[in-house]
Amino acid sequence: MTATDYSLREMMTLMAAREIQDGDIVFAGTGISMLAATAAKHINAPNSVLFFETGAIDSLVEELPLAVADPRVMYAAASNAGLLEAFATMQNRITGDRVIAILGAAQIDRYGNLNTTAIGDYHRPRIRFSGSGGGCDVASFVPRCIAFMQHEKRKFVQRLDYLTSPGQLTGRGARAAAGLRPGGVSVVITDKALMRLDPATGELYLDRYYPGVTIAEILDNMQFTVDTGTAREADPPTAAELGILRERCDPQRLILG
Amino acid sequence: MVETDKVMRLETAVSRFMEDGAHMSIGGFTVNRNPMAAIYEIVRKGYRDLHLYAHSNGTGVDELIGAGCVGKLEIAYAGNGKTAPTCIRFRKAVQDGMLLVEDYSNFMMSLRFLAGAMGIPFMPTLSGLGSDITTTWGFSKAMRQADPKIVDQKLVIAENPFGRWGAAEKVVLVPAINPDVTFIHVQTADTMGTCRIDGLTFADVEQAKASRRVVVTCERLVDPGELRDHPEYNQIPFLHVSAVCHVPYGGYPTAVYRHYDYDADYLRAYAAAAKEEAAYRVFQKRHVYGVADHQALLDLVGAARLAAIQADPRTGYAVNMKRG
Repeated sequence: MTATDYSLREMMTLMAAREIQDGDIVFAGTGISMLAATAAKHINAPNSVLFFETGAIDSLVEELPLAVADPRVMYAAASNAGLLEAFATMQNRITGDRVIAILGAAQIDRYGNLNTTAIGDYHRPRIRFSGSGGGCDVASFVPRCIAFMQHEKRKFVQRLDYLTSPGQLTGRGARAAAGLRPGGVSVVITDKALMRLDPATGELYLDRYYPGVTIAEILDNMQFTVDTGTAREADPPTAAELGILRERCDPQRLILG
Repeated sequence: MVETDKVMRLETAVSRFMEDGAHMSIGGFTVNRNPMAAIYEIVRKGYRDLHLYAHSNGTGVDELIGAGCVGKLEIAYAGNGKTAPTCIRFRKAVQDGMLLVEDYSNFMMSLRFLAGAMGIPFMPTLSGLGSDITTTWGFSKAMRQADPKIVDQKLVIAENPFGRWGAAEKVVLVPAINPDVTFIHVQTADTMGTCRIDGLTFADVEQAKASRRVVVTCERLVDPGELRDHPEYNQIPFLHVSAVCHVPYGGYPTAVYRHYDYDADYLRAYAAAAKEEAAYRVFQKRHVYGVADHQALLDLVGAARLAAIQADPRTGYAVNMKRG
């Protein structure tokens, strides 16, 4: 059964959750990415493994953590270690290839490169953001990354002010030439649409637009254009998905608002 | 309290091991196990031009920057959970040109502390190739060369000297860090300085072992015999530690696993005040400069707030605490 009464935040969370496959190791950051990882675990990927850069692996998450160092990530984990172990798990191909990461950014370009550092001149920025954290590491190491973005022209840019986390760099083949493994952003989830990275071109394309959103509206809110030839309408949340998200994942509405 | 060679009051340890211009690091991660009592004491004593090495230390980093203590910062992430996705005083200081920043990633900063702990000049990683982290320098070459305490190059990209062994053509070499002093807060320390951290260690162990001096604050100060019942649970042997200070709630307002949660009200009030100059001065005066020591801050906060953040013995955090 399809629901009609849902928020865009709920839609975004569930679009991300659907990307996670059972058995995936899910690297989650703060906020909505944490919620999406939790939703996947409760809805479609019960054997996925929640994993945090602070070093907690397979946390139980009885309550939604509000930061990756929230003590709620430590409860009933398989192991509580530290940053070195967490990033080594992703740099290590044996485990790293099973990781799907969920990230956010201030800017993204057509190649899936992310800026979480600064807008304007790096040395005297107009707006300074938090910086890489583990974002650059994750985008360097793991084959699949979901980027959460607000669908705004100032965020989908022709040229990043600062390239914090590598996607396809300057396009097809550039990642390998720089010495990076295959990986980086593979999916972009916004409040209007879901885009994917086409390995053949090294660029994003429109895969799904949300019910009620037009393709023109999507393109109008980006500085660059993307291929829309294969785009289809996204399935709205089901009542079952929404029920679990609201009642089990974020009953206090800490992230859903 | 009787002070010994190692066991001393926090005020004594800060005076003894801190100075203007010191290269320092602090333990913890965003809202967790920051050595807050030590940080507030550093702020009260008014040290200036500090060179701070951080991965994602959050609360403590922003307090030190907000108080004007930090001149140079090498960091991976300045955010603090839900209340401040970008640390507010950090953002303001950078935008106003008051703080010189060099950006790395979390793994790079952790590896840099590890290299320092291991006594080697650098560590390699596959992180950051093609990124502006590798090409854009916050500290200029001239500045680096003029200061013997700062390495000449931010990092180096090198060909893999082992050919394609390890399936890598290139590696990023990140330089070691050996701070003058590191402050960490742990659940349990003994009077010789050995530490036992419950839960995530973040990069505390590497930071401590890389540092020339280490000041430990602890929730519980015990006799060495207690920690030697299970030495395998201890992460930092006393060899690395210069001072041990018994400071219950020394991590407050950040969380200390199995002891207390973060104080969401305090962090929210801090974030609200930090956005506005006058309000921030009032907040600092009330919570830092206006109190004699950490116990006085706890008295100001009051028993009811501390009771509300008490960790539940099953989960290690305050179950159903109001956080929204």
